[in-house]
Amino acid sequence: MRFLAAASLALLTSSPAFAATEVHWWHAMGGELGAKLEEIVKGFNESQSDYVVIPSYKGSYPETLTATMAAFRAKQQPAIVQVFEVGTGTMMAAKGATRPVYKLMQDEGEAFDPKSYVTAVVGYYTDPEGNMLSLPFNSSTPIFYYNKDVFQKAGLDPETPPKTWAEVEDFSKKIMESGAAKCGFTTGWISWIQTENLSAWHNQPIGTEQNGFGGPAARLSLNGPVQVKHWGNLKKWADEGVFMYGGPTDGDNAPPMFYSQECAMYMNSSASRAGVVANAKDFKVGFGMLPYYDDVAGAPQNSIIGGATLWVMEGRPAEEYKGVAKFFTYLSSPEVQADWHQFSGYLPITRAAEDLTRQQGFYEKNPGSDVGVRQITLNEPTENSKGLRFGNYVQIRTIIDEEFEQLLAGKKDAQGALDAVVERGNALLAEFEAQNK
Amino acid sequence: MKRALFGNRLLPWLLLAPQLAVTAIFFLWPAAQAIRQSFLREDAFGLSTSFVGLANYAALWGSAEYLNAVRVTAIFAVATTLLSLGVALVLALAVDRLVRAGKVYTTLLVWPYAVAPAVAGILWWFIFNPTVGLLPYVLDRVGYDWNHLMRPRDAMILVVLASAWSRISYCFLFFVAGLQSIPQSLHEAAAIDGAGPVKRFFTITLPLLSPTTFFLLVVNIVYAMFETFGVIDATTEGGPAQSTNIMVYKVWFDGFIGQNLGSSAAQSVILMLIVIALTVIQFRWIEKRVAY
Repeated sequence: MRFLAAASLALLTSSPAFAATEVHWWHAMGGELGAKLEEIVKGFNESQSDYVVIPSYKGSYPETLTATMAAFRAKQQPAIVQVFEVGTGTMMAAKGATRPVYKLMQDEGEAFDPKSYVTAVVGYYTDPEGNMLSLPFNSSTPIFYYNKDVFQKAGLDPETPPKTWAEVEDFSKKIMESGAAKCGFTTGWISWIQTENLSAWHNQPIGTEQNGFGGPAARLSLNGPVQVKHWGNLKKWADEGVFMYGGPTDGDNAPPMFYSQECAMYMNSSASRAGVVANAKDFKVGFGMLPYYDDVAGAPQNSIIGGATLWVMEGRPAEEYKGVAKFFTYLSSPEVQADWHQFSGYLPITRAAEDLTRQQGFYEKNPGSDVGVRQITLNEPTENSKGLRFGNYVQIRTIIDEEFEQLLAGKKDAQGALDAVVERGNALLAEFEAQNK
Repeated sequence: MKRALFGNRLLPWLLLAPQLAVTAIFFLWPAAQAIRQSFLREDAFGLSTSFVGLANYAALWGSAEYLNAVRVTAIFAVATTLLSLGVALVLALAVDRLVRAGKVYTTLLVWPYAVAPAVAGILWWFIFNPTVGLLPYVLDRVGYDWNHLMRPRDAMILVVLASAWSRISYCFLFFVAGLQSIPQSLHEAAAIDGAGPVKRFFTITLPLLSPTTFFLLVVNIVYAMFETFGVIDATTEGGPAQSTNIMVYKVWFDGFIGQNLGSSAAQSVILMLIVIALTVIQFRWIEKRVAY
């Protein structure tokens, strides 16, 4: 009996302050990122005693989103949920299910200056009036990686990455002819990098209504001349062996091709930087901005982001929202942001975090770590390069992969494949518009 | 007469109650939900719902993707069933001839059945991976450029192999049992009459195995259609260009990834009808027509 009493006393005293309000946060960060996330949460929980944020790992991005939807239907939703960028259209359309971040901060009286955030990052998640709807947490942008040793062997300057696609082709052929590597380049994400970012980088529209920011009546329009030219080139280069396809979605066969020095150049997320450096054991890695076509006026514009943001769900007890607002302020602080940015390779969401990282000498010590930031801030984003916002976009990305595969298999030409993306994608957009009426 | 065994009319119902409850909660209720959902159009959060009648079914009828999934499922189910039945039969015949080591072989051959589909899928994913896999490397040596990420045919071969593999064990077990129940005297009599091994196989073994074969045929088609989700998800994810997107995978993808619950529900109702049809065939047709 005495033992029991002692045990329960120990339990009582070790649990955090009694009256603390619990705030649940569902996220999709596994592995090291998940551990870092928990460390950040711990920092917040220890910094005050009124709120306890409880993070829960819910699996992949789609799984986390699905879990949230099911929970919302059962009225068991968490206060905060991490949603990937292509889920933005779905979350926005769910009026009454989410509480916009700008409104939350206003209602709870938290100091909040939208101007302190990096436009290219938060722009993706603001409504047409410029109000921030969700809080960017982990954002990245695709950058260019290359093998310096192979460049050297092929007689190229290892310090000069190709700037244009013409140079990529030229360099690839030199590399292949000299036998320095078997293939020129590979890439992750045909959808995100070689289609969406290609469009933004060349200031070309992806869809109507400002890439969908204007509303659910938006339709795709990514079958323009620049996209057609690029897809046509990718097919030609795939046939010549200059380019090797890494598979659908994130292209999980692309990284091994670069790591094994099969392909000399590689495009993928800036957040892959740490992984690339760790895996490039036998060679030096160089970094550069994404290539562009120099005959397109206005290129390069700026690249767009990917990653995830934190959405606030409606329907929780009022006191929890105060805690959410305080937690968001904490997350946006320069120290927390700079730490997360440097650890993960994700972009800093505030200017202050970027400046702090620079002051700490991180960019000097880690070459290539600032390419992403420089790329998204290269120019003031236009209607075409703010990002994109369409419903059913997860499926549309799958369609992009499928039609690209049709192109590679020689069943369609570039124009035909992209026309099919637009046609099939628009059917899904019409369906989404009807569902959310 | 039978009712007289129970003095109390309530007792049989009480005894049945647990099973009925399980059936109602885990089978009937979800099935009813699926049917209801298939007539609705709803956003992902359930904020706005409208009744659309048969629109979800009509959309499937006109959808090239869905018709493709039906076609892919048919090819996949037939190929997987034939491959697993064929290989299992050959192995069973071989083991049946063994006197001493038969048990050891049987145990070894049944082993793969214990491997979870997702684990098997990952295993095959590694073996066939175009970049790091063993098999593409070997095939490359003999001049075949294996790439199931780009070539639909390679992808189909991969998922059929991966699905049939674990299934061979199951069929094998039934075939061995079937072969052992064929009286040795029939073989001996035929041999005395001058029938060779091939002749005996086609006139004695195969006809007498027909109940087993028919049972396995139905069971395997059901398996290939409904239980291979893990294999597909772990290897090709339905690609490239939907060439391995079987119906059950599409139900999951449209519902859970695409958040199109109405269409997903309509597709599951169609699958449900197929299962019912196959079950009826198994119970009515096969039980009656096959000679024992």
